[in-house]
Amino acid sequence: MTLLQTQNLSAFYGDFQALFDINVTVEQGETVAVIGANGAGKTTFLRALAGSLITPPQSIVFDGQPIGHKTPHEIVRLGIALVPEGRKLFPSLSVEENLLLGTHSERRGPWNLERIYRLFPRLHELRRLPAPSLSGGQQQMAAVGRALMSNPRLLLCDELSLGLAPVVIRDIYATLGTITAEGTTIVVVEQDINRALDASSRFYCLQEGRLALTAPTKDFNRAAITAAYFGLQGRAG
Amino acid sequence: MTWVNIIVQGALLGGFYALFAIGLSMSFGIMRLVNIAHGDLIVLSAYVALVATWYTGLDPFLSLVIVLPVMFAVGYLLQRGVLNQTLSGGLLPPLLVTFGISIIIQNALLQGFGAYDHRLQEGSIETASLQAGDFFVGVYPLLVFAVAVACIAGLQFLFYRTRLGRAFRAVSDDSDTAELMGIDNRKLYAVAFGIAMIFTALAGVLFGIRTIFAPLSGPIRLILAFEAVIIGGLGSMWGTLIGGVVLGLAQAIGAAFDPTWQILAGHLAFLAILIVRPSGLFPRTRD
Repeated sequence: MTLLQTQNLSAFYGDFQALFDINVTVEQGETVAVIGANGAGKTTFLRALAGSLITPPQSIVFDGQPIGHKTPHEIVRLGIALVPEGRKLFPSLSVEENLLLGTHSERRGPWNLERIYRLFPRLHELRRLPAPSLSGGQQQMAAVGRALMSNPRLLLCDELSLGLAPVVIRDIYATLGTITAEGTTIVVVEQDINRALDASSRFYCLQEGRLALTAPTKDFNRAAITAAYFGLQGRAG
Repeated sequence: MTWVNIIVQGALLGGFYALFAIGLSMSFGIMRLVNIAHGDLIVLSAYVALVATWYTGLDPFLSLVIVLPVMFAVGYLLQRGVLNQTLSGGLLPPLLVTFGISIIIQNALLQGFGAYDHRLQEGSIETASLQAGDFFVGVYPLLVFAVAVACIAGLQFLFYRTRLGRAFRAVSDDSDTAELMGIDNRKLYAVAFGIAMIFTALAGVLFGIRTIFAPLSGPIRLILAFEAVIIGGLGSMWGTLIGGVVLGLAQAIGAAFDPTWQILAGHLAFLAILIVRPSGLFPRTRD
């Protein structure tokens, strides 16, 4: 079943067009990667899905319902949660209070504080501390936990690996399996191609705001990805 | 003993100023809204109480049953209908709009009530006092101080122990991310302004019992509220209480030297603290 579909999705920052006619389909239960270089439009794409950018209603369809025109707080209530780039925890709140903010979506489901602490045991020990006192990896766990607390059907992860040590990145990506086991669909956005492809069953490659390549990850062709990633198609060599 | 009296009177006067400041502190802390109309909303509350006492025969304390919900509604609608439209463009638009609201309230009150002084009459409690030796404390200032402390304790509880307060702090930190969590910022702001207005209304009624008010007495209230907030440090509720007490003390001590010095001494204390600690005594809000 198709959970999310974008239809010729375009997005603008003022007069600047950041996305051009993006058509992406995400099936229920799968993990899809969106890769691309810096400035390719990955974050813009997620921001559009989460409602932070104004788009035509029909350009984003979630569970059969047009949502392009909806506001962020309406969209999270429908079941799309974003783990924002740079984590964006609330600095004056404790770790646990940050997690509890996820409950403002008023959605019921498998995720609650206890489950989050089982997924990220370190957060349980740190729960009373102010969010900024955590390490980058711990903050990323809290940001993922906070998004899960809204019991999303679709979890959008923006650059989970940003600024983190490889061993920490591996730990965080390892939890994505537990999350999909609950039936949650995931879209990961990454600059780190290998990480993104390992975690996903299909990928889309963005380049300068346009879709450059899409394929199942199992039969990807390294050279084709590199070409799409850096925009080398049609060139000799 | 006279000095002890002066210090106590001054500190208790600080309770009034803290009450003036709570609403201002809340709307700035949560929405970064500098509300120039704050003083006029205090005065408006006193007039609402005045009208309520006229029509229902209730005494001013009991009129709070009417005044508080009315002012909550005024605050909610003002934020929803007007102030929310000004919040995306920086500090200047809300400043200009609330300045406009201030002028509208002043002129509407002039139109409706004339330029006369009014007072709310609460009876014997206004002049009652407690005595210990040659040491006197007015019952009413003591009551107001207790109300101010209770209000701040209540707000502290609201902010740090409830779901609504958590949302207020989150929105204050980062309104865009709060929206991603499912919080409808515009609605939350309206609730926040409504609650701020409850404290403002309480301040207006309690001060209207203590002293006379007229349509144009808002701006001086605004300045006192500003000074209490700034002295205490932005975003800190207990700091606001301390700020009020500092102002009250400075005024009482100034007045002890010469009654004409009362107001000026408060402002001078404010300036002195601004010079020594530009962000106030207990700053919390970051920007």
